Amino acid sequence: MSGVPVAVELLTTPPDAPSAWRPGPAEPRLPSPARPGLSPRLAYVMQKVLRPNPANRVLGALVERVPAVRRLFTAAEKRSKERLFGCRMCGQCALPVTGYSCPMGCPKELRNGPCGGVGPGGSCEVYPEKRCVWVVGYERAASEGRAHDLRRLQRPVDHRRFGESSWLNYWAGRDDNLWTGHDTLTDSTRPAPGEHAEPREPEEGDSQ
Amino acid sequence: MSALRDRLASGEFTVTAELSPVRGASAAAMATRAESLRGWVDAVNLTDNQGSHVRMSSWAAALAAKAAGLEPIMQMTCRDRNRIALQSDLLGAVSVGIENFLFMSGDHPKFGDHPGAKPVFDLDSTQLMWAVATMRDEGKLLSGNELKPPPAGIFLGAVENPLAPPIEFRAERAGKKIAAGAQFMQTQYVFDVAAFARWVGQLGDLGLLDRCFVLAGVGVIRSARMLDFLSSGNVPGVSVPDDVQRRLRAVPAEKVGAEGAVLAAEVIAAVRGVAGVAGVHLLTAGYEKQTPALLEMAGVSRPAATARATAGAAAASDGD
Repeated sequence: MSGVPVAVELLTTPPDAPSAWRPGPAEPRLPSPARPGLSPRLAYVMQKVLRPNPANRVLGALVERVPAVRRLFTAAEKRSKERLFGCRMCGQCALPVTGYSCPMGCPKELRNGPCGGVGPGGSCEVYPEKRCVWVVGYERAASEGRAHDLRRLQRPVDHRRFGESSWLNYWAGRDDNLWTGHDTLTDSTRPAPGEHAEPREPEEGDSQ
Repeated sequence: MSALRDRLASGEFTVTAELSPVRGASAAAMATRAESLRGWVDAVNLTDNQGSHVRMSSWAAALAAKAAGLEPIMQMTCRDRNRIALQSDLLGAVSVGIENFLFMSGDHPKFGDHPGAKPVFDLDSTQLMWAVATMRDEGKLLSGNELKPPPAGIFLGAVENPLAPPIEFRAERAGKKIAAGAQFMQTQYVFDVAAFARWVGQLGDLGLLDRCFVLAGVGVIRSARMLDFLSSGNVPGVSVPDDVQRRLRAVPAEKVGAEGAVLAAEVIAAVRGVAGVAGVHLLTAGYEKQTPALLEMAGVSRPAATARATAGAAAASDGD
């Protein structure tokens, strides 16, 4: 086991570790809106911490080296984001540009904004006792001056990635083409919509 | 080339109407339903299992409408098909001569006649628009695979509900669809013309009216029962403002239909006066026979169309 950090070795072979989370069935049937449990201000602070800076990239690379560590890391991500955002582990997190209100909780899983069925008071059409995730997301983003984030065009979800850690995907750059730049609305050139789209060039003030 | 596009580009006030496919397997039944609209509207929307209730597929209904002399707009929702089926159906529909498409997320299965159905929603309406515009303009599928030939010349539409929360975001939401490729946009019911005009103004401020034609959705409240239903808050995306409710409830129950038609005609006339509005979209499925009278009341005259429709009717009665 030489070359493997001690902490990693401990995590790899825990004597009686809590049962490690395994992917699948990754997608609970029938999504429903979850109310974010973290204030917008704190969420955007967390965003700064989770940026793919050199430290996070190194951490991500280390975690990815050992499958068991990767699983534990993913389990920790699942547990925290489930509690905070009703995370369904799509593995391609949109929270940074949706006011930290999860669009995968929308019963139609709409990634580009609310449907036309939102009730006059902002209720979800399918679960009228809950608020529309996009109404909540818009309010949260606007309260921190981030409403423009919602203008980005979100590419289709890759269903192979359900169950993966989106933090690891984010740090490794596998999330770079999830959405377009925020000037899409006024720019008449249309970027490619597909999975094979060119990664987006980083922008000034980019939320990623 | 799309006659609907030509009509909108001409700057003439354009009228489209919803025409729901039949629950049955007969194109003739579909043609009968389409008949009374011929000559009065510039295009008809063939809905895609509207309200999640099973009907004839929108492409087949679009063909029947076309055969009946109407310009069809085939609606496609994201509710029932994944990205493979959506792209494939689009290619098939273009291959049989359908030129206008309208994309929407679709009502949730919960509201339909098969509430236990799996909601697909693999793409959302913006992504579907984006994918189809790319098929047409770049000749490529979402996968990047090339199309030979691509679906050239098709005319793409989207929907928006300008009066649903978050109101502040609705113009930008429309803008995303336009950025994704929408060339025309039909709205959900407009009763509050002032609020609708504010949304159109926002589209103008964003520079979007040069890229997309806007058609205001207009419906007719035909009875006290329909008023109760629409104002119950249980119809996705529809709310009836208090002043409209007061006005309709002030008349005797048997006259609600007539008053509702007057109200709809007033809305048509009013949105016609809103700068940047290209036409109206009549959300009056099941009301086809009364549609000509409604348009006349609203001052949307169709002398040429009326003559054509009359001539057509005469020819038909001559032993066709």
